Amino acid sequence: MAASLELRQVRKSFGKTAIINGVDLAIERGERHAVIGPNGAGKSTLFNLISGRFPLSTGNILLNGQDITGLAPQEINRRGLSRSFQITNIFPKLSVFENLRCAVLWSQGYRYSFWHRVGGLKDVRARADELVERIGLKRRRDTLAGVLSYAEQRALEIGVTIAGGAEVILLDEPTAGMSNTETEDAVALIRAVSEGKTLVMVEHDMSVVFGLADRISVLVYGQVIATGTPAEIRGNKAVQEAYLGVEADTAEGAH
Amino acid sequence: MADPVVEAVARAVRNAPASGAEPGLMHWRRAMVWAAVAAVLIAAPQVFNQGFAVSMLSQMGIAIIFALSYNMLLGQTGMLSFGHAVYFGLGAFFAAHALNAIGAGSLHWPVSLLPLVGAAAGLAFGLVFGYVTTKHSGTPFAMISLGIAEMVAACSLMFPSFFGGEGGISTDRVVGDKVMGVDFGPGVQVYYLIAAWCFVCMILMFALTQTPLGRMANAVRDNPERVKFVGYNPTRIRFLMLALAGMFAGIAGALEVINFELITAERLGTAASGTVLLMAFIGGVGHFYGPIIGAILITFLQSALSNYTQAWLLYFGLFFLVMILFAPGGIASLVTLHKPAVQTRLLGRLALPYAGAAVAGAVLLAGLIMAVEMFYHYETKREQVGAVMSLFGQQFDTTATGPWLMAVALLVVGGVLLRLAARPIGAAWTEIAAAVNRGQGN
Repeated sequence: MAASLELRQVRKSFGKTAIINGVDLAIERGERHAVIGPNGAGKSTLFNLISGRFPLSTGNILLNGQDITGLAPQEINRRGLSRSFQITNIFPKLSVFENLRCAVLWSQGYRYSFWHRVGGLKDVRARADELVERIGLKRRRDTLAGVLSYAEQRALEIGVTIAGGAEVILLDEPTAGMSNTETEDAVALIRAVSEGKTLVMVEHDMSVVFGLADRISVLVYGQVIATGTPAEIRGNKAVQEAYLGVEADTAEGAH
Repeated sequence: MADPVVEAVARAVRNAPASGAEPGLMHWRRAMVWAAVAAVLIAAPQVFNQGFAVSMLSQMGIAIIFALSYNMLLGQTGMLSFGHAVYFGLGAFFAAHALNAIGAGSLHWPVSLLPLVGAAAGLAFGLVFGYVTTKHSGTPFAMISLGIAEMVAACSLMFPSFFGGEGGISTDRVVGDKVMGVDFGPGVQVYYLIAAWCFVCMILMFALTQTPLGRMANAVRDNPERVKFVGYNPTRIRFLMLALAGMFAGIAGALEVINFELITAERLGTAASGTVLLMAFIGGVGHFYGPIIGAILITFLQSALSNYTQAWLLYFGLFFLVMILFAPGGIASLVTLHKPAVQTRLLGRLALPYAGAAVAGAVLLAGLIMAVEMFYHYETKREQVGAVMSLFGQQFDTTATGPWLMAVALLVVGGVLLRLAARPIGAAWTEIAAAVNRGQGN
């Protein structure tokens, strides 16, 4: 069976600077996969390539065996890949509920309809309310997203990402800037919402990475230098030298 | 008004959990509002029954449709267009030619449904121009919309057979026999036709905000980038909204043809596009009803002020300036601002401070009007009618020092009074803010 998400010799250059330098990666269905690496390794760029935000220079990306290279972000999303953003990217002047409803609409098949009354769409409302509860923002259901606390906005960011029911979920630093308790809550949420799905996440917090991930890829200077289970990655010499060994002390606080 | 206390209140209201009104109750309330709107539309020409008043009411109805259609772009989708009059104007020209064809007997179509011709033209050009303009957003969109407006205005001079050159296209709305005693000869019959179309368009445009497309338009306004990652194409949403806005603008244009029996190319130019922007903006683009207020107010000012003074454009400009400086959210935002005062039952505390500010404002305004009118008289009329002019029922010599000193004194005193009046207003708002916070603590 085809991998859930597969990258084949993916390269990306901005001008003469190569940011992603031939990445090969295959992520199995149902796997929780973490991408780690020092600052500037190209982790966020990799997410932007997979999700269609930037075009690739060369290479191919396959989703469930189908080539999605060069598709627009919305087309990739409709095929079942959804992503979150490192810097919170929600609809600030809409309420929490409306944010989630917007994220649900396409998956329920309403497209650009101007002949349905959105308040009367029971399936949409039920799904959006279920999401409100799931991300723990029931008390904030009708609050404008722009005035939520940082941790609440991060939870909403995840809610908007999973709302469409995508099979492959990309989370870009979901716990960045959170306190310890907030991080614990976020990890529990991520664990719950990625149940039965394929999860790829960029994360700097090593306790989160080693606690959640089935497999880890280490990205250094735009290349994957190692992929393996947490135990394998811990024991990998090259990783220790390139990343953990040198930066193990600072990795926790790195952003 | 940009007072920190006021902002704190506004923030507190935004943060407060919504009352969560029951859907059934909300529908009932909404139905009541629409019934009230219908009642106002029906009663208006009975109350204001002079010829010019009915004509003004007709213009207001047209302006309401036009301004609401503009706000589908600006307020709902975040598209600043400088060329919305293009769709109004083209809809009007097609409607004018259709009306002439009806008059000539070559087209069989009821005059009451002429707005459908305007709608079709507005929609068609919305689809064509929208396809080009909505590929971009933000400033590029604004610039391209301006370019399209200039282009269409230039075309209007190049095709005199269609646009009628400087004189425009004139027409006659009274064609054929009376249908149930109605031939749209009298102004009041035209008013009721416009009112009916206005009512239908208002409901349709409001209904649109409650659809998936309308909601996603709000999302595009807030964050077009994110929209792509929930499966939607923001370009497509902008395109559909512009096409539909063009359609409603075309309806307004066709009604304009019926109302004036004349359409000139200046109605599709950039000045007309600017006026509709002002209507939406002054009324308040953040609320559905905002542009309705703006359309009514500006239509009134345009016809009423221009009767009284030649300097009306200057007052109009000053009014716009004051609104942008002190109430950038428009009149609708001022209404929203006072919700906490109503909820805490402290609106009465504002009455006296506001009355004080009104007096101060009146003094300032009197000084301003005096200075402007005397200057206008001195510059433009002195040589024909002499230096003495009458204002507020008084005679003033515009070449004497006294009246000028008086105008300056009014301005200064008004300004100082307004400063003083701000303090009790601030105190009242502090009290309201405290009450709101106490209410939230419970």
